[in-house]
Amino acid sequence: MNFDIGVILAKGPQILSGLGVTVLIWIAGTFLAAALGFVIATARHYGGPLIGAVLAIPVEVLRGTPFLVQIFLLYFGGPYIGITLDPIPAGLLGLSVYGAAYYAEIFRAGYQSVPPGHVEAADCLGFSRGQTVLRILLPEMALIVLPPSVNMAIILLKETALLSLITVPEMTLTVQAIGSQQYAFLESLVVLALVYWALVELAGTLGRLAERYFSRYRLALK
Amino acid sequence: MTRPTPAISVVNVSKSFGQTEVLHDISLDIPAGQVSCLIGPSGSGKSTLLRCIAFLEETTSGRILIEGQPLGFSEQDSGYRARQSRAQTRAVRANIGMVFQQFNLWPHMTALGNVSAALKVVRKLPKAEAEARAMAQLTKVGLAERAHHYPSQLSGGQQQRVAIARALALEPKIMLFDEPTSALDPELTGEVLTVMRTLAAEGMTMVVVTHEIGFAASVGTQINFLDQGRLLFSGPPEEVFRKPRPQRLEQFLDTYIDRGASMLA
Ligand SMILES: Nc1ncnc2c1ncn2[C@@H]1O[C@H](COP(=O)(O)OP(=O)(O)O)[C@@H](O)[C@H]1O
Ligand SMILES: [Mg+2]
Repeated sequence: MNFDIGVILAKGPQILSGLGVTVLIWIAGTFLAAALGFVIATARHYGGPLIGAVLAIPVEVLRGTPFLVQIFLLYFGGPYIGITLDPIPAGLLGLSVYGAAYYAEIFRAGYQSVPPGHVEAADCLGFSRGQTVLRILLPEMALIVLPPSVNMAIILLKETALLSLITVPEMTLTVQAIGSQQYAFLESLVVLALVYWALVELAGTLGRLAERYFSRYRLALK
Repeated sequence: MTRPTPAISVVNVSKSFGQTEVLHDISLDIPAGQVSCLIGPSGSGKSTLLRCIAFLEETTSGRILIEGQPLGFSEQDSGYRARQSRAQTRAVRANIGMVFQQFNLWPHMTALGNVSAALKVVRKLPKAEAEARAMAQLTKVGLAERAHHYPSQLSGGQQQRVAIARALALEPKIMLFDEPTSALDPELTGEVLTVMRTLAAEGMTMVVVTHEIGFAASVGTQINFLDQGRLLFSGPPEEVFRKPRPQRLEQFLDTYIDRGASMLA
């Protein structure tokens, strides 16, 4: 058996469609996960101990169980409790909720990183809570939350491969199907590895650019 | 003849953290235009009292009036304190500017950004107008040419002057200072005290927690000595610093005579 990556690449349009689904679910899922995580962290920050304790439960459960188990429960178990979703919405929802648990922790650390006096200063000047969060807390914590956020986005990208198991027509499902049609399993895996790696590198680069932007006031020091 | 409403009235204020009462039944009137200094040993409750006046802490009992208006809680005849609406509290607090020991500038904004932020965000002024007003305040504290520097690029003294400009931007009637020079190297305290002297000369009502006894004696018009959560003396400096002094005050001042307060020796 000879190794011929050409038989995979010949199916370019199909691969691109799979890649498109992967990128779409990844970007939308990461965005939703970060937004939901931020809401949870904000509620825990401003809410009392009761809200904090209640919100800690789902966060701990989601962080304490495998993503694969979560999407199987959602996709195959959901119908038993009246939640029947197509593969793509199920995958997007699963990824967002899973990621939100981690982003909640990232933003929690972000809130803790801002000295209380910076909030008191805003308070004395008449900033509302919302204004303080948007104008002071978020930009100030940006530098702290950015590296783990990019890291999490990369983890979420790789987790999207598992969505092939609930038949989301993303890249892994697509390329593996081509591989089995063409009797070229190994080639399909190599192609997958290369494309995921390229996406990860791209995300990492964008993250570093964002970090440089948010650290301009620290760089200005030198 | 009715006396004018004091800028600040503290009436029977007590404050506890958990089970520990750190302010005991404090009453104090600060008339408009006074420079009222809070002095006393570390841990005596100076910051706590100032923070209650800024409504950064809530009193446990008693009340505080700013320009005659109750702060934080509306008064009811039954003696029960009802919390004010956020809008009411914000309106009363708008009379007050606060300066912290640790400056508390926002590191992601330039000096101009720090000073103009409240004008843009809270007052909703157009950017150009907000920045023009902020620039005027920075000029006043002598930092116009540092407007585009980030806090990390400024000395401690410059940062504290930016913080004063930030508090002045909303044109408060009252300025509160919590040990504004304590975090500074000795050679940088002068520039901050100079700005504060200018403010005092303009007639700003000021409440200053300070260990700068020299400043208190020369600029202060009302000296308040706190000890273990009690207001032991309050009066004009000539009276409070006049010899013979009560023992607690004498003991306290002894530790400061060699720190620029030799005029009192
Ligand atoms: N947030 C707080 N929680 C508990 N105790 C506090 C808090 N803030 C101040 N205290 C206590 O209250 C007392 C007065 O503190 P403070 O007002 O900071 O004194 P000062 O400013 O005169 O040094 C101290 O015993 C201090 O430990
Ligand atoms: Mg103090």
